Order: sequence, then structure tokens, then C-alpha cells
Amino acid sequence: MLRIVFAVFLAHAASIVQAEIDIKEVTSPGGINAWVVEEPSIPFIGLEIRFRGSASLDLPGKRGATNLMAGLLEEGSGDMTAQEFQAAREALAARFSYRAYDDTLSISARFLTENRDEALGLLRQSLVSPSFDQDALDRVRAQVITGIGSDAKDPNEIANAAFDAAAFGDHPYGSSLSGTVETVSALTGDDMFDAHRNALTRDQLFVAVVGDVRADEVGDMLDALLIDLPATGPDLPPDVDFGLDGGVTVIDFNTPQSVALFGHAGIKRDDDDFFAAYIMNRVLGAGGFESRLMQEVREKRGLTYGIRTFLVPKFHAEMVLGSVASSNDTIAEAIEVTRNEWARMANEGMTAEELATAKTFLTGEYPLRFDGNSEIAKIMVGMQMIGLSPDYVVNRNDYIEAVTLEDVNRVAAELLQPDDLHFVVVGKPEGLESTQ
Amino acid sequence: MTRLFAVLAMIGFATAAKAADVTTFRLDNGMDVVVIEDHRAPAVVHMVWYRIGSADEPVGASGVAHFLEHLLFKATDVLEAGEFSATVAANGGSDNAFTSYDYTAYFQRIAADRLELMMQMESNRMNNLAITAEDIETERNVVLEERNQRTENNPNALASEQFRAALYQNHRYGLPVIGWKHEMEQLDLQDTLDFYDLYYSPNNAVLVVAGDVEPDEVKALAETYYGVIPAEPQLPERLRPQEPPQRAERRITFADPRVSTPYITRSYLAPERDPGAQEEAAALVYLAELLGGSPFTSDLGRALQFDSQIAVYTNASYSGNALDDTSFGVTVVPSADVTLSEAEAAMDEVIASFLENDIDPERMESIRTQLRASEVYALDDVSGLARRYGAALTQSLTIEDVQAWPDVLQSVTEDDIKAVAAKVLNRDQSVTGWVVSNQEEAR
Repeated sequence: MLRIVFAVFLAHAASIVQAEIDIKEVTSPGGINAWVVEEPSIPFIGLEIRFRGSASLDLPGKRGATNLMAGLLEEGSGDMTAQEFQAAREALAARFSYRAYDDTLSISARFLTENRDEALGLLRQSLVSPSFDQDALDRVRAQVITGIGSDAKDPNEIANAAFDAAAFGDHPYGSSLSGTVETVSALTGDDMFDAHRNALTRDQLFVAVVGDVRADEVGDMLDALLIDLPATGPDLPPDVDFGLDGGVTVIDFNTPQSVALFGHAGIKRDDDDFFAAYIMNRVLGAGGFESRLMQEVREKRGLTYGIRTFLVPKFHAEMVLGSVASSNDTIAEAIEVTRNEWARMANEGMTAEELATAKTFLTGEYPLRFDGNSEIAKIMVGMQMIGLSPDYVVNRNDYIEAVTLEDVNRVAAELLQPDDLHFVVVGKPEGLESTQ
Repeated sequence: MTRLFAVLAMIGFATAAKAADVTTFRLDNGMDVVVIEDHRAPAVVHMVWYRIGSADEPVGASGVAHFLEHLLFKATDVLEAGEFSATVAANGGSDNAFTSYDYTAYFQRIAADRLELMMQMESNRMNNLAITAEDIETERNVVLEERNQRTENNPNALASEQFRAALYQNHRYGLPVIGWKHEMEQLDLQDTLDFYDLYYSPNNAVLVVAGDVEPDEVKALAETYYGVIPAEPQLPERLRPQEPPQRAERRITFADPRVSTPYITRSYLAPERDPGAQEEAAALVYLAELLGGSPFTSDLGRALQFDSQIAVYTNASYSGNALDDTSFGVTVVPSADVTLSEAEAAMDEVIASFLENDIDPERMESIRTQLRASEVYALDDVSGLARRYGAALTQSLTIEDVQAWPDVLQSVTEDDIKAVAAKVLNRDQSVTGWVVSNQEEAR
């Protein structure tokens, strides 16, 4: 009886709600663009700032400079030492974070309405006039080097590093943004000022603001915060081809469970077929328990706790990636099943039912993402970075709905190349050897 | 332990926001219901929490609570294996579950108009699970791989398992939630069914519904779906072996070649939040902040990372969210040229100095402000609020305790902190762990 009732519910599933957010586009007197959502019900403001470029702008021989610089922004600025700055921030209960990624320098701030101007003043000082004192540099450098040491003994990080190096070589994507012990040890205060001048420039700036603030206040707020940064910076690095052929690389590491990172070249975010690829990936390996890989590798065979695939459209290269971990004596089987599923999707595609189920999930899940000021701000700044307009929020589910079975199966056949899959396996895998 | 990769953010010491719109009631069969309204987005979080966790497991069956959590996604009398999650996904939602020492909880996040379907399915699997011997075989391998991923492949997790086993001399908090491997390998159908039949009942459960919902509507649905399930008359009183007086410090050196940087971590047995008596726990929240909350302004951070370069990382941590005695932790990662002995001596000097000296009133005020602000920020995350209530109500606290907690935190004084510090920072009730890659580093 219950099953019949479920079917009735499913019939309604297509009439899912839309995200109801009112995005206002603002340009400050100084020319800074931002997207704003006014949400006065909770007395705080969430601010998301991004600069494109980030670690990909590291100068030759200075790998790790942008990452270290980002770590130092909260370690002293203006006439304040690190401790004075942090004591002032804590007294306001403002929360700031500064983080370098491969292509993006990310700055997130949350602060109370009641002390908004003081909090923004502190944030401004950290962005515009960091001091990069030698003692702060040495302290944070030691933390970064500790992290590099930790990555060198972490099977997942070992796999990432080997995969990236083999796929992208000398391009910034080919090495860790943390740098090496050697490069980081050699970085100086001057390197920090260089990295700061190159990475925080207004021509690469994206901003989203959500919370207890009026859109007409935001322009002046952003000018005060960011207008003193340089207007322009260096060119971004060139695009790079995915340079890793199909095969297996085994890296010996004494641990009971092998971890595998696998993938091949992918699809650009602005490709007309991106949504078809996105749906295909959902069915193949990004669909929680319902994905084919989870069903085959975990649910039917108990070979893993989790297997997942990702479309990774970066700014200068694109990949389809996946990861799985399994005991040393079962990883070979997990990989074999994965290869078979890759080939099955490429050769046979998916069924109309699988497509319909994936669409219902993706269109239903989308509005649920907008469930807090901080989340909305992160989504909005991400949209700007990949060149979307605010009405994407309204139209996005139509893009999903427009994908046909023919589209999705054509794209599966084009995108998924079982022979091109390369597996980097870290552990003591049984029955698995590196290919030549 | 969660069933899928999604990481459950640890519910820290911050708690209830009074500003949140919260309604509570109890069904006739004893099931508690909490409704938290947040109408900003058309979404709902639906959670059922059972007052049963790994610390309630029978001797020899460690891991059964978590294993059963996995099995609840298999077939019931009307749902096929996997159909629960597939139905949630087909309606645009996501679902998962998690197990801890004191609770096991199941949740879905979905469009608010799908709440009834969630209740229909969740209430069905409270009593009607139809697991098979084959489910047991396959899913046992999955949880063993989960243990591999979380623990066996992670020397820090293995170390903390050893330290925890030493901290608790009698309480089941000394066993890992996921279970000891040799016991997990033996878990069978009967173990899980015994556990399920007894503990999965409405009078042992808490329903939390948070999001774009009206309390009246939730009440009507809860009565329809959960209210009809009979209470379990055999539900035992929740009695657990308690800690005896601890009389001697324990010290452990854990060596594993996969450790990258040696470090020290010490755990002291500490009181948790109790119903109507949360003051000591509140003072411990301040103690953790003052000793090691911020690397820039805490005592450990200033002494070991600024006034000297003894450490690259320092931290003190405490969460009062537990049914029984919890722990207060201190961690120091020494700089490259500093030995563990030197770092531990420096750490103990900071602790001794804290106990001897007055607390800076400015720091007190700053921490008070941050705790007050964290209540404002918490309102932005309705799932977090839902977890707060679910955890509290399965750890013996009441709605009143949850709602009083922010005020209790605001009223902590310097004297309260000094008193609780003198009581808790007692090495006879502690484990000091050194984590090294080889014995050479243990000096």
C-alpha cells in the first residue's frame, strides 16, 4: 500500500519550487561590481570576495608565495601586530578567512550589523596594508612547512600530487600551491609584497554581499574596502592540455587501504554540452547511493565505503575525476568494476528512467542550496566568476530539463574514454602494477 | 560515523538561539517533537534521533549501533533496499544518517512540501526493517572499509583511539563508535535485530523538523505517522557503567611511521552539561577559549607561538555535549627543533601559570561577545539548530536547558573558571599522549 502512495508523490515531483532570492546588481562610485541580496531578518552581513589568479600567479621559483601571503593577511597590518589585529577582530566577534586556491583567492567575512564599520575597517587594513613582518613570516612559514610534511605522508595527498604532476607538468596546476620545503624556505618579505600586489587587483575582483544591509549602501562600503588596491595585475597563465595517458601508476605506501584517484580530460563549464555531462556524471558517480558506481562497487560488492566522480572544469584545464578507497586486497577489483562502468556508460548510455530520475533530483535540489546568507553569498560570487548572470538562478533548472536522452548519451560517448582513464593508486595494492 | 561521505560538523559548545522560533510537544506514545521555523527558504530538514549510541552497546558487540544505522537503508516490509534514499533523491532531496556515543540519527533535507513523504518512510523503518543475512555480509564489508578509511589509514585516528581507551577506565566512551575491528568482523543478524527491536521505538526517539513549516501542520503529520506506533514497554532505563575515581596519570607513546610531525595531546576527564546544571560546562567553554582558543590571544598561543617559538600549533578544546563525563583536551605541535619533553614542559608551565594568575577582564569580555555573536551567526544555519536540539534531547538535556544555555554562558565569572580549572586540570584524571613516527622522536 505504501508504495502506491509514493508513486503519487513522485508524480508531483516536477512541480518543484524555485529559489526565491532577489539579486541586486550594484556598481560602486569607484567602479566595483557586486551582487547583493538584502536579508534583514538576522543582524549580520556575509561578504564573499574573490580574486581570480591566486596561486597560478606565483612567480618562477616562488611556488607557494601566494599561499603564504594569503596566510599572512591576518598576521599584522596597518600599525597593528598580528596579536593586536586578532584581539581587535575577536572583540568585534567578526570572522574573517583568507585562503588561496589554484585559481582563486578567497576572502570570506561575517560581521554583526552593530559593529559593521569597525569590522570593515579591520578587514580593509588586512587587505590593503598587510605588513608581512619577518616574525609573522617565519611563524606562518613553519606552519606551511608542517603542512607540506603532513601531505607527504597522506595517501590521498600523495595521489593528488602524483596525478597533477603527471597531468600538468610545469603549468601551475602541476604542483601543489603550498610549494615545496625548498621554495617556501626561501621566500622573503619582498616575495610577499610581490605576491600581494599581483594577486589582489581590482581587475580580477568579484564580490557578493548578503544580509542586513541595503543595496544602496553597498557601493560606498566596497569603495572604502577595496578601492585602494591596484587597478590591474599580471596576465593569467595560459590554458593547458591534460597530459596524462591511460594506465595505472602504483605508488608504494605502507597502509592497509589503497586509495585511487582516477580521471582523464573533461569538458569546459561554458560548453553547450555541459549540462548533459553534468547529468551523466550524476548517474555515473556523483549521485550518492543511486549512482551506478556506488551501486556496483559498494552496495553490491561491499568493496568500499565510498566512490565518487566529479566534473572538474577549472579555468585553464578540465577533467573528469573520481576517487575510491578499498583494502589492498580488493582495490584491483574495485578498479576493474569502475573501468567496466565507465565503458558501459560510454557504450550504452543511460536509460530514459535514469535521466528522468537525475533531472528530478537536480532540479529539486537546486533551490535547497540557497538556505542561508553565507551559502547564498558563496553561490553568487561563484556564479560571477564563471560569467553567469543573476537570471541563471531562475533559468538553471530549464537548462537541466532541456537535456534529451540523445544529448546525454552522445555526450557520454564523447566524454567518457575508458582507455584514457589513468589510475594513481597509493598503498600496497595486490594484483596491480604500474603500466609503462 | 556517517553513512555517506558527508561530514557532520561537530556540534560545538555553542547552542540554542532564543531568537529561533521553536515549538515542542510530546506525542502520546512518548515521542518528543521539536519544530524550528525558518521561512527564508522553501526547504525542510526532517530528523529522527534515537537515544541509543555506541556507548549503549552490549559487551562484545562494539560497532553494532553504527552498523545498524547502515542497515536501516536496506529493505523494510514495503521498501526495497535502497528505495528510501532513491525516493528522497527522486524528490530532489538528500538523506544521510550518523551515529555517535549517545545517539543515532537519520535525516533528510528536501522541499518543504515533501515532509509528509519523509515521515511516511521514516516512521515505516522505525519498526519494519527486513534485513537479510546477505545484507549483513555485504554491509559489514562496507563498514570495515569505512573503518579502514577513517581509522586504519590514519595514524592520528589510531592514536586517539588508544588514548580514549585509556582515558575511560569503565565507561563505554572508551570504545570507538565504529567498533573494534575484531568485534565488527563478528557482528551478525541477531546482534543487529536485538538492538533494533528494543531501541528503535517512539518512546526512545526525538523528531526534529526545521525549516519552512508550521508547527500545527507538523503536529498533525507526526500524529498520523509516528503517533500510531506503539511505545516499547520493555525499553530499559539508560544505565551505563560510570567512571570510578581516577587516581593515576596515564602516559602513552604511539608510534607509526605514517606520522609526519610529532605532537602531544592530553585529555582530562571533565564534566558535561547536565539537566538544570550547566554552569561547570559553561565555565569549561571559557577555560578552553582562554587556554587555547585563539592562537593569537590564548595563553598557550601567546606563550608557545608568539613569546617563544616552541610550537607551530596549540589548541585547547571542550564540548559539553555528552550524556556522561566528557573530556577537556590540550594539544601542542612543537616546532621542528623542539623535543616533546620541552614542549610538554612549556605547556604545563602555561597551565600552572593560568591556575596561579588572574584572568584578564578584557579577554573575558571578548569571549562573551564572541559567544553572543555565535548565537546570531547560528540563526543562519537551520540544520545546525536542528542538530543542537536533537543532540541535547538525546543526551538527557531538556528544551529549557538548551534555551537557557546562552544565558548560562553569558553569566560565567572569573571565579567559576578558576574553580573548574582547579578541579579539571588534574593529571591524575588524564591521559597524555605522544604521537611519533618512531621511538627516536619520543624524547
